[in-house]
Amino acid sequence: MSANQMGYHLKEGFRSIFSHGLMSFAATCMIVACLLIMGSFSLVAINIDNMLKDLEKDNEFLAYIDDNLSEEDAKNLQAQIQAVPNVSDVTFVSRQQAMEEFQKDKDEALFRELPPEVLRNRYQIHVVNIEQMKETVDGVKQVQGVAEVRAALEIAEGFVMLRNVASVLAIILVVMLVVISLFIIANTIRLTTFTRREEIAIMKMCGATDWFIRWPFVFEGVILGIFGALLAFFLQWSIYEILHTAIGNIANFSFIYLIPFKEISKYVLLFFLGSGFLIGASGSVLAIRKFLRV
Amino acid sequence: MIKLIDVQKEYENGTKALKGVNMTIEDGDFVFLVGPSGSGKSTIIKLITGEVKPSDGRVMVNGYNMGDINHKQIPAMRRTLGVVFQDFRLIQKKTIYDNLTFAMRTVGSRPSTIRRRITYVLNLVGLGDKANQFPDQISGGEQQRVAIARALVNNPSVIIADEPTGNLDPRRSLEIMKLLEEINRLGTTVLVVTHEKDLVNRFDKRVVAIENGRIISDGAGGYYNNER
Repeated sequence: MSANQMGYHLKEGFRSIFSHGLMSFAATCMIVACLLIMGSFSLVAINIDNMLKDLEKDNEFLAYIDDNLSEEDAKNLQAQIQAVPNVSDVTFVSRQQAMEEFQKDKDEALFRELPPEVLRNRYQIHVVNIEQMKETVDGVKQVQGVAEVRAALEIAEGFVMLRNVASVLAIILVVMLVVISLFIIANTIRLTTFTRREEIAIMKMCGATDWFIRWPFVFEGVILGIFGALLAFFLQWSIYEILHTAIGNIANFSFIYLIPFKEISKYVLLFFLGSGFLIGASGSVLAIRKFLRV
Repeated sequence: MIKLIDVQKEYENGTKALKGVNMTIEDGDFVFLVGPSGSGKSTIIKLITGEVKPSDGRVMVNGYNMGDINHKQIPAMRRTLGVVFQDFRLIQKKTIYDNLTFAMRTVGSRPSTIRRRITYVLNLVGLGDKANQFPDQISGGEQQRVAIARALVNNPSVIIADEPTGNLDPRRSLEIMKLLEEINRLGTTVLVVTHEKDLVNRFDKRVVAIENGRIISDGAGGYYNNER
C-alpha cells in the first residue's frame, strides 16, 4: 500500500467516525465498558495474587535444634540451612528470644516463671517458592543438628491451590470478557457498516479489492479502539484511586491493601491500548466480512 | 466481449432462472436485453458481474471465465465493466465530484488522473457545471447521468445498464438512452436491460428477448420483432 493510499484510507476512517457520530459514540462506549470490566477483573486478580504472595512470604517454618548442641554450635548451622535449595532467608532465634516472644504472645503471667531452657534454639526459615515447601522441609531435616522441623504444609498447599484457582479464574474471566467484547464491538461496527452497505456494494461493483474496502473500516476501528482505551484507562485510574483511598481508610482491614496505581499504570495502559487496538481492528474485520460477499 | 454458451442457472431454492442461454456480445455492440419480470434478465447481469456463478455452461466476460474465476480475480474483471442501476445508487453525503472520485479511488487512481478524467466525463454527460452539488440537489435524470459518469470514469470496455430509465419520465429516459448511444459511438460496448418497449423501439439496435429463462428472439429492429 502506497503512502498516498494509506493517507486516503486514514482520512476515510476519520471522516467516517464523524459522519456516523452516533454509531462511533456507541462503539467507543462499548469499548470503554468492556475494557473497564476486563481491567477491573485483571486488577482484582493482580491484587489478590500480590496479597497471596505476601502472605506466602510470611509462611515460615521452624527448625528446632538438638538440645545437645550449645547456642554457639546451633548458630553455626545457619550456613548449612541457608544452603538448602529454595531457602530464601534464615533467622536464628535463641531459647531466650523464643521465650520472650512466647510470653509476649501468650499470657505473660502464666509463663513468667518458666525457664528458657524448656524451649529449644531454633531457626525461622522462609522459602522462595512455596510450592516446593515439602522438599525444602525434607532438605532441612537432613542437616546434622536439626532435631525437628515444624511446618504447616497444609496451609502452604492451601495457598498454592488458592493462587492457582485465582489465576485460572482470572484467565477464564479475561478470555470470556475478550470474546464477549469482541462480539459486542463487532456487532456495533456491523451496525455502522450496515448503514454503509450501499457504499461497499458500489465499491465492489467498481472493482475494489476486499482490502481496499476493509482498510478504512480497520482504521476506524483502531482509532475508536485506541480512543476508547485511553478513556477507559483514565476512568480505571480514577476508580482505582477512589478504591485505594477507601481501603486505606478502613483500619480493620490492614491485611487488605492495593498496589499503588502508579506502580502498575504502565502495564495497565499497555494492556488497554493493546486490547483496544486488537478489539477495534478485529471487530472491524469481523463486522465487514458479511458485506464483502458481493 | 461477452459470451454465454448453453448457460443454465439454478438457485439454491430450486428456481431455474436460465435454461440454456446462448448469446454473444461483440466489442463495440449496443444490445438491449428485454423481457418481463422474472424472465432471467437480472440473472444474466449477475452472471456477467460475477455476483453468481453458472450452474452449467460457460460465461466469458472480457477474457474471464466466470465459472472458474476466483474471488481475487473478480476486482480486476469488474474494472473492465461499468454498471448503472435503476435506483442510481449514488452516495447522498458526497458531492457529484466526490461520488466519481470515490469510484476512481477504489481502483487506485492518482489524484491528478482523477481530476482530469472527472472533468472530461462530467462534460461528456452534460454535468460539467454541477460537480459540487449533492445528489439530492439535482433531478432524477441528472442523477442517472452521474451514475453513468461513475460507470465511465474508470474507462471500462463494457457498460451494463440495469433498467437505467425505470425511475425516469419518458423525456429523461430518451435523453439517457441517447447518452448511452453516444457512449457506444465512442467505442464502449453497451448492454441495456429494460422492459420499456416504446423506448427500445425508438432505436435501431440489436434486441435480445428473454422469457422463462430462454432467449426467444435475438436481432435488430425492435422489441420482439424477431420473435420465433
